[in-house]
Amino acid sequence: MAKQATRITVNGKSHARVVEARLTLADFLRHELGLTGTHLGCEHGVCGACTVLLDGRSARSCLMFAVQANGCEITTVEGLSPNGELSVLQQAFMDNHGLQCGFCTPGMLITLTELLRENADPSEQDVREALTGNLCRCTGYAGIVKAALDAARQTRDGSGA
Amino acid sequence: MGAKHFGARVKRLEDPALLAGRGRFVDDIKLPGMLHACFVRSPHAHALLRGIDIGPALAMAGVHAVFTAADLPAPMDRMPIPMLTPNPAIAAPRTQTVLAREEVNYVGQAIAVVVAESRYLAEDAAAAIVVEYDVLTAVGDCRAGIADSAPRAHSDLASNVIARFPSAYGDIDAAFASATHVFEEVLWQHRGGGMAIETRAVLASHDAAADLLTVWSGTQTPHLGRGTLADLLDRNIESIRMIAPDVGGGFGPKAIFYPEEAAIPAAALKLGRPVKWIEDRREHFLCATQERDQYWDMAIAVDGAGKILGLRGRMLHDSGAFVPWGVIMPYIAAVTVPGPYVVPAYALETIVVLTNKVPTTPVRGAGRPQAVFAMERLLDRVARELALDRAEVRRRNFIKPEQMPYPVGLLFRDGKPLVYDSGDYPRGQQAALELAGYDSFRERQRAARDRGRLIGVGIGNYVEGTGLGPFEGVTVRVLPNGKVAVATGATSQGQGTRTTLSQIVAEQVGCRIEDIVMTVGDTAAIAQGVGAFASRQAVNAGCSAQIAGEAVRKQIVALAARTLGVDESAIDLEDGNAVATTGNKPTVPFGELARLAQGIPGVSLPAGQAAGLAHTAYYTPPQAAYCSGTHVAEVEVDHLTGGVKILNYAVAHDSGRVINPLIVDGQVQGGVAHGIGNALLEWMQYDDNAQPLTTTFADYLLPMATDVPTCAIAHVETINPLNPLGVKGAGEGGTIPAAAAIIAAIEDALSPFDVHFAETPLMPERIVAALRAAGAYEETFAA
Repeated sequence: MAKQATRITVNGKSHARVVEARLTLADFLRHELGLTGTHLGCEHGVCGACTVLLDGRSARSCLMFAVQANGCEITTVEGLSPNGELSVLQQAFMDNHGLQCGFCTPGMLITLTELLRENADPSEQDVREALTGNLCRCTGYAGIVKAALDAARQTRDGSGA
Repeated sequence: MGAKHFGARVKRLEDPALLAGRGRFVDDIKLPGMLHACFVRSPHAHALLRGIDIGPALAMAGVHAVFTAADLPAPMDRMPIPMLTPNPAIAAPRTQTVLAREEVNYVGQAIAVVVAESRYLAEDAAAAIVVEYDVLTAVGDCRAGIADSAPRAHSDLASNVIARFPSAYGDIDAAFASATHVFEEVLWQHRGGGMAIETRAVLASHDAAADLLTVWSGTQTPHLGRGTLADLLDRNIESIRMIAPDVGGGFGPKAIFYPEEAAIPAAALKLGRPVKWIEDRREHFLCATQERDQYWDMAIAVDGAGKILGLRGRMLHDSGAFVPWGVIMPYIAAVTVPGPYVVPAYALETIVVLTNKVPTTPVRGAGRPQAVFAMERLLDRVARELALDRAEVRRRNFIKPEQMPYPVGLLFRDGKPLVYDSGDYPRGQQAALELAGYDSFRERQRAARDRGRLIGVGIGNYVEGTGLGPFEGVTVRVLPNGKVAVATGATSQGQGTRTTLSQIVAEQVGCRIEDIVMTVGDTAAIAQGVGAFASRQAVNAGCSAQIAGEAVRKQIVALAARTLGVDESAIDLEDGNAVATTGNKPTVPFGELARLAQGIPGVSLPAGQAAGLAHTAYYTPPQAAYCSGTHVAEVEVDHLTGGVKILNYAVAHDSGRVINPLIVDGQVQGGVAHGIGNALLEWMQYDDNAQPLTTTFADYLLPMATDVPTCAIAHVETINPLNPLGVKGAGEGGTIPAAAAIIAAIEDALSPFDVHFAETPLMPERIVAALRAAGAYEETFAA
């Protein structure tokens, strides 16, 4: 199987690897780099558990090959709390029971990180629409939506910083 | 005494690791030398196996082995996977073998497994394996399958009907003979899946030095799984350790033992290297068990005031190709029908039918959503025919709180008489109606209609047997470093088991909740275990935590009193310290007491001192705990597109004393979401040949954030008198009446067109078809 040299920056750290062209970005992150916070729930681009930020935009890491991310900057869930302290959004998930099994959570956090960066004062409907690319089977979404609105409010108030 | 934990909205201990991407699910575990597996599965619903050519696959680079049934160790090469819930009513107790030998009976049934250096290479090799089949006629519909002339789902069976049992009490003929009205309904609920976002997963590793086989599985029942695996490998359970690490949702299908949980350990033993298999989503659609698929023909007899005199009917249950969980689900469904109502006479015949689809086993609700759907739709029919308010019909039929404990007249699945321990159904319904603004709804409905909008309201009531035995255990042990170790056979797939058990233990023992070190889902941590299903862990493990915690508290108090030279009555336990309330109030930390309780080598312990500060309790509930609730759904229907939007959703829920309202609310809300999926979206479709048609999330729709409103939830606590915590289960009630309430609301919204619905999922196209048949569009488009 053809291999290609690839360099990808993940959570601020550059990684050079020679990988099979067919290796997905998700498998690269999980198995090559050991960043297992990014999860795979369907591998066909619907559930959103594998969502990462690719050059700042949310992307399905199951639907692209690692080699396609050559030269790109990736942020995974591990990059949201680099100092080991939960981010405002992560803490809001805990405060508002925004997770149960936690499997979809990394994708939810990434999607909402992007939303809150682009819209500091989202409505409940904005949050729900942003989340349509992420499936959660446990929570019924109520806690997730509440967490996103709570995090947005705290960030605006400066109370969660 | 430290912080009050029981009943508080304690934030979850599970969350920080999961939020930081530091969870540990099976696929996150990487062992040295680990190989990867991929299964070869039947593309046919029913076929005989004529030959398998594994040669080309074995020759491929990176392939270590291919196992067919003949390559598996005895006895699993031929032995059917043991059924955990046998029942003499089952004529053909069919369960599958680990790999198919001669016949395949559903699409996706495992035939061979390839083990290779990577998952990618294993998939390549699996595709190179050629299997020859003689395709047989499949049984795709259980209604056709009961005919004597029907093809057989298993070629050696004389009939597809594997169980037929009555559930009955009272004089049903007299009830119907004396009735003022008799109404009949034909109802169907589709087959759907658990659809946990984490698929199934197995990793096995054999330590030859210790002869210990360790299996990590995304299971709800590691102790049961270990026992089954021991049977299939003919191995002592002591030489198998099964661990359910973080598990990404369960919802029932992960409670049974699957072929992959035997094949992967067998491969690891044979190859002497760790082997991992991660199910992909397509496999989950094909091979993970599903549920509902019941056809009900029901009749209700009522008097002139709408009071129930009797209920009778027949229910067909599509069991799929095997019965790994026995006939539990149809049985639960059959005895759940009477629900919170006085039903003087009842007669239901249940017929369990084999088809060539993946087996059905409990999915959140486990037979109860179908039963509640039947009962509630019948009551809506009574209300409509008698021109009574739907809530009022229910009120007239409720069992009253003063009638508790209430014997229904049936036996529950635990073999005990079905006796409701407690509950206040009228109060529950009233609470939900108030949350929903029911009294003003008709006014809102008229106002909406004046603006051209169609809104409707629906009610669903249920009683659910939860907290089933036999037991669950909890060990509480004070460690020499002052921490408190808690181990349980209970498992967690997101229910917050660690948090709730920690709340109970911390309060009993008098330690800080963050000083509890909890082990769940590991057979090495506690001798006996059962696992997560039947909303049973708060009752079983919760009570064991209480009992073990109390026992350790007494041990700590006794030792502290001796150590500090005061009376036991003068000892308080607070934040991990024993404090004397007399004298100059000396203190001794738990860690020091734990060291004292370990004794000194060679020195006898003081009289009355047991070894260590530890206790294991296995609480065994005397019977099921009956939780109950009312759901009120308010929906808007677009009659042109058939689109349904849920506007408001109110729930009154009685799960007895609530240990953690944060977590129970989450269970209810999540359960409702599952029920919304069942009602409107989720439909596992098969063609006439039992070929699955919906095997991606693009074909089979799960509820999204825009489909599920935030529920208004009221807790109606009636204390369960039969267990020391007063608790009942909470995991499934959110799902059980949801479809009944939502379909009723849709029908109510469309009442100007007089359409009737008695099936789920109710897709937009079905709504439009019903409206078209009712002539709803003639006026619209003529105007």
